[in-house]
Amino acid sequence: MIIELGHYALVLALATSLLQGVLPIIGALRNDHALMEIGTVAAKATFLLMALSFGVLTYAHVTSDFSVQNVWENSHSQIPLIYKFSGVWGNHEGSMLLWVLILTFFSALVAVFGDNLPETLKANVLAVQAWIAASFSLFILLTSNPFNRLLNAPGEGQDLNPVLQDVGLAIHPPLLYLGYVGFSVCFSFAIAALIEGRIDAAWARWVRPWTLAAWTCLTAGISMGSYWAYYELGWGGWWFWDPVENASFIPWLAGTALLHSALVMEKREALKIWTVLLAIMTFSMSLLGTFLVRSGVLTSVHAFATDPTRGVFILIILILFIGGALSLFAFRAAHLKAGGLFAPISREGALVLNNLILTTAAATVLIGTLYPLALEAVTGAKISVGPPFFNMTFGLLMLPLMLAVPFGPLLAWKRGDLLGAGQRLFAAVAFGLVVGSIIYYIQNGGPIMALFGLALGAYMIAGSLTDLYLRFGIGKVTGAVALRRLSGLPRSVFGTALAHIGLGVTLIGIVAVTAFETEHIVEMKPGMTTDAGGYTLRFDGLRNGNGPNYSEESGHFTISQGGIELAEVWSSKRFYTARQMPTTEAGIRTFGLSQLYVSLGDDMKDGGIVVRVWWKPMILCIWLGTVFMMAGGAVSLSDRRLRVGAPARAKKQKKPVLEPAQ
Amino acid sequence: MTRKQKRLVIIGGGVSFIVAAVLLVMVAFSQAIAYFYVPGDLAKADLAPGTRIRLGGLVENGSLKRGEGMTITFSVTDTLDKVPVTYTGILPDLFREGQGVVAEGSFKEGSPVFVADTVLAKHDETYMPKDVADRLKAQGVNLGGKENIR
Repeated sequence: MIIELGHYALVLALATSLLQGVLPIIGALRNDHALMEIGTVAAKATFLLMALSFGVLTYAHVTSDFSVQNVWENSHSQIPLIYKFSGVWGNHEGSMLLWVLILTFFSALVAVFGDNLPETLKANVLAVQAWIAASFSLFILLTSNPFNRLLNAPGEGQDLNPVLQDVGLAIHPPLLYLGYVGFSVCFSFAIAALIEGRIDAAWARWVRPWTLAAWTCLTAGISMGSYWAYYELGWGGWWFWDPVENASFIPWLAGTALLHSALVMEKREALKIWTVLLAIMTFSMSLLGTFLVRSGVLTSVHAFATDPTRGVFILIILILFIGGALSLFAFRAAHLKAGGLFAPISREGALVLNNLILTTAAATVLIGTLYPLALEAVTGAKISVGPPFFNMTFGLLMLPLMLAVPFGPLLAWKRGDLLGAGQRLFAAVAFGLVVGSIIYYIQNGGPIMALFGLALGAYMIAGSLTDLYLRFGIGKVTGAVALRRLSGLPRSVFGTALAHIGLGVTLIGIVAVTAFETEHIVEMKPGMTTDAGGYTLRFDGLRNGNGPNYSEESGHFTISQGGIELAEVWSSKRFYTARQMPTTEAGIRTFGLSQLYVSLGDDMKDGGIVVRVWWKPMILCIWLGTVFMMAGGAVSLSDRRLRVGAPARAKKQKKPVLEPAQ
Repeated sequence: MTRKQKRLVIIGGGVSFIVAAVLLVMVAFSQAIAYFYVPGDLAKADLAPGTRIRLGGLVENGSLKRGEGMTITFSVTDTLDKVPVTYTGILPDLFREGQGVVAEGSFKEGSPVFVADTVLAKHDETYMPKDVADRLKAQGVNLGGKENIR
């Protein structure tokens, strides 16, 4: 009964989103306040219904109701409670339900916090959000219904895919979707603006907080996914240029570009048409990603079992939305008034360079991801485009951006002083060179590109700090004045600096691991030792054990340095009985920002075991950098100028004027 | 600078960057990609030694030798032809005889043995890599509808 309630709520949500998609638009055309207000109410109702529907599916999973096909296929009565929860979205149907839930969540946020928006804009935004929600609700109901019942309820489930039984999975998809789907709000704002044919700096100010919020979540989601792949898959890799990783990375690149171009539009009313296009493209890339992941055209860790009707359905949604949006854009863009011009060397110029490089890089990743599909469709030849391609193209294209990052905030709007900025960055460049030289000395040489990369990362960190330093005026003014300046600075300045520092930190991690990681594959018997990264690893022996739904073989290792025992680490191989599936649980030990990574291989006939040992220098920098970026996003979001309700103030102050005169 | 010059600098800079990116992508496509083969394709493929390819098929039953040293040998078959493969390292969790596999690597000069540096097995054992299934079907191998069942 409860299950049917969830199913029914989903159908109702489709109905309310259809109302939300039609009535407010008519209201906006006729300037009918009551009709436009329906959008706000319907958005909240749709969200509550979706939440109910999702809640019911969660209930079915938590209570292990195997009469529901989705639960039977993806759960097991013996798995820990947290995986019963995460199992809700650890499958195709449930993850699509989560997708729509988050979409309607954002619509509801717009409905609740959008009081300061012009009435017609808000109505149109909510309508566009509703079209997306309706399409995907229909998709779920017609092709991927999670509430399908089984006639004879089986006694036991088929278990959740073991690689998904991990805390990382519990957090990764919701965060990723918050980012991915959050960009829908930017898309809806762009379409609403095109429908109205009017767009100005205020539009950019309304869009920016949504972009920032989505971007911050997407950063977190990608970073989490990368860390999960690193420790769970047992291959020691943190990024594979897997098509599905790319599918989330392309919107991230486009979203980063949008973040910067909206800044230009907000401050200088320039780049309007471009910003609108970018807002459309960013969410289009999210839709494309959803298609690539959910249609099964790609072979990937993320491709759940698929059937072709689903792919076709999403493809139709994709074509309707992207095609419709771009047609509307082509039709309306010429009517939008172009913004002001600026000197190439200026803050605007720097942000244009940022956009140029980020969108080109995003396009490169997109081409690399889709090329195998296109080639196969045209010639039938099957190819794989892997890390060598992306390192060569994406890596090289991003290089000038990294060099330019510290310059951006130092250039003035309209007309900047490149030479002056260069002089002020002298210390940062020097710092980078010193870091490079020290590493050259320590490593006794080393690949020149790696030294350059590490120096570049150090320069980016120092360069971003330079901007803050110059604004405080520490050393030039008294401490009290510097402190006052500090508290007077807009938070977005700190946000910028934090995010740029994060980029530098991540770069250092990537370069250090790529250039200086070591990997040994050795056959070990109890008592044998091997060296990695200056530490000695001793294999002590194997132990067999049992978990709630698996059996495991664990190897015990002791790590020592200079004869002193420092730590011990377990590395295991698990065998999940329900799915007859083995997984590797790597043993990882952290030393500072570096890690020692141990995974087990085959048992040898003579009693030994193959052990794979990696030394991963500075690897934690990769994710630490993304934490900085997220912090930057969060700090910027708290900037008063960007607060969602900020422009409302003027409206409220006007109220007394309306009071009757005495 | 006049308005015209400013515009020229911005557009010219943008276009040249994009042209550079396009060239880079073309170079990378000619060098940094790997073609996919099943054993039956190799005779007509005429590969230069050292060319990186992806070799896909089924792990032949009874061909896997593991547990003796760190180099593992097995054969990849499309049920008609087969190719011996060596791999040094730890095989993926789902690697098993009779299951689908994709090995990436190359043939060394004058040797019929494929030296793999990466071995991928499908994470979900209910179906094999799509590349493999498509090719095997094209070769007329009956997969018993196995590759798409959930």
